[in-house]
Amino acid sequence: MKGVWKRLGLGGRLCLAVIAAYFALAVFGEVQYRVAHARDVTPAYNVVHEDARYQPPSWAHPMGTDNLGRDVALRLVQGSRIAFHVGIMTSLIAIPLGVLLGLLGGYFGGKVDSFVVWLCATVASMPGLLFILAISMVVGQGLLGIYLGIGLTTWVGVCRTIRAEVMKHKDRAYVQAARVLGYSHARIMFRHLLPNVAHMILIQFSIRFPSAVSTEVFISFLGIGVQGEPSWGVMINNARLRLWQGVWWEMTFVTAAIFVLVLVFNHLADELRDILDPALRNESR
Amino acid sequence: MLRYAARRLLELIPTTFGILVLTFILFHVVGGSPAEVILGKNATKESIAAFNHKYGYDRPLLVNFRDERPFWDSQFLNFVRQLARGDLGMSTEYDEPVADVLKRGVGPSLSLTVPILVMGTLVALSLALFCAAFRGRAPDRAVLVMSTVLMSVNYVVWVLAGQFVLAYRCGLFPIWGYENAFYLVLPVGIGVFSSLGVDVRFFRTAILDEIYKPYVRTARAKGLSGAAVLVRHVLRNALIPIVTYVSLAIPYLFTGSLMLESFFGIPGLGNVSLNAIHSADMAVVRAVVVLGALLYQGVNLATDLAYAWLDPRVRLGT
Repeated sequence: MKGVWKRLGLGGRLCLAVIAAYFALAVFGEVQYRVAHARDVTPAYNVVHEDARYQPPSWAHPMGTDNLGRDVALRLVQGSRIAFHVGIMTSLIAIPLGVLLGLLGGYFGGKVDSFVVWLCATVASMPGLLFILAISMVVGQGLLGIYLGIGLTTWVGVCRTIRAEVMKHKDRAYVQAARVLGYSHARIMFRHLLPNVAHMILIQFSIRFPSAVSTEVFISFLGIGVQGEPSWGVMINNARLRLWQGVWWEMTFVTAAIFVLVLVFNHLADELRDILDPALRNESR
Repeated sequence: MLRYAARRLLELIPTTFGILVLTFILFHVVGGSPAEVILGKNATKESIAAFNHKYGYDRPLLVNFRDERPFWDSQFLNFVRQLARGDLGMSTEYDEPVADVLKRGVGPSLSLTVPILVMGTLVALSLALFCAAFRGRAPDRAVLVMSTVLMSVNYVVWVLAGQFVLAYRCGLFPIWGYENAFYLVLPVGIGVFSSLGVDVRFFRTAILDEIYKPYVRTARAKGLSGAAVLVRHVLRNALIPIVTYVSLAIPYLFTGSLMLESFFGIPGLGNVSLNAIHSADMAVVRAVVVLGALLYQGVNLATDLAYAWLDPRVRLGT
């Protein structure tokens, strides 16, 4: 884990810089959102200007305005805020769940492992996107439904990688030594095994993040996800209406914003994998 | 072989049980009765009660100890018994059996998804072989970079861009409809392109995992050409992970594509499911989820048995 930054190539560092820029925008968006809510006023990105509808990019509105005269650039920043919320919240659900189950299954083996494998097999056989949609439908539309839908279905990949890695480690000398010293199972798992499989968690995070963002865009685009807030998916759906009449700016900037964030994350995931896990090289997703 | 098949069949029981429990928890315990969504906010208590009674949402959840009816007259056991009988319940939206709604959708879905899978696999496999032939050199890197770019384009964007640019602006294809095979060309093309990036990268890795093995050097040493080694020896061995990967997509052939179908007006299962989600038609969503999951189990079993039959290491190992 140490020295990841040093071993990262120029491309990887650039990717991190771009992600940091997006993150800064997201933080800015969060502040704007919080301040507007605290003062109980309509936030700037939601203010309707009936007389400034569908304005092409200009100095006042660098990315133009949408069907209600709202500034596309400001809404894009809010979209970045929601994307980071989704990426981080779903990771906070999926990664602890996957890591815990993977550690338990890999370390204890036997019946515990059978249970973990059974749980993975069950969840993995559910039809992906439809299952996520069904969860967000049942939980209620909105961000919570998306967090739970994506979070509760994508821990399987994390669990399987961690489990496989722990199985490789559990017969190594350091684990044997810890056992001889009489350490508790919990201590061996969390103090000794976990740090040694932590690079896998980093890789899994970098893989999960862009796919969670893409899924959220898809769900919100379909009108099942985020409501009343400018998620990127909502914006694409909005921009679609007048694309036919030559209103290109909203669609162009939103798709470009999504594309760059996802691309940068995918590339970073590739580099991290090459650095931290040479055995895997460019294996799928 | 028989022992292996029997053991593998037995393994189906816990997973199937898991699928049923998971679906039940989602739709009955968390979801509860869809009465209020379907009847609207102004529904009276009586009409909600009547709805719940008609669709069985007023029964106990797991086991019935409440009234004099048999103990298995509960929501979970009724759900399992109905499924076993092939009865998927009534669609509240269409007001007809869910099975009929689904049966209508399978054909159109398959007509879209099968060409996508076949063509997508062939194109990705050719590109992966091309990469392997030029491994580490410029053409390989170019394809790899392209794949990363392709897989970073959002699926929504593929569909909208294809429809807007190719169908609307250039007028090359019909924008919407399901009348003859020509209507499928654009959605199939979009489907192939959107999965190309991920597929090429996976297939390339599968091939490169084989290419440094000693038998490849032997084949080269005895004078076979590079292309012959690649296709006749490397590809055949690399097919094992590739077939596994492709077979995992088979269950999704039946459930169809949500986006492509709804955006191109193809009356398949993806379209049906999406409408059902929008109108809170739980019975339909539940049926597609359960059938999709069971199908996944079935395909997995078939793949595993095929391997055990082809490769003795599988059935003797573990």
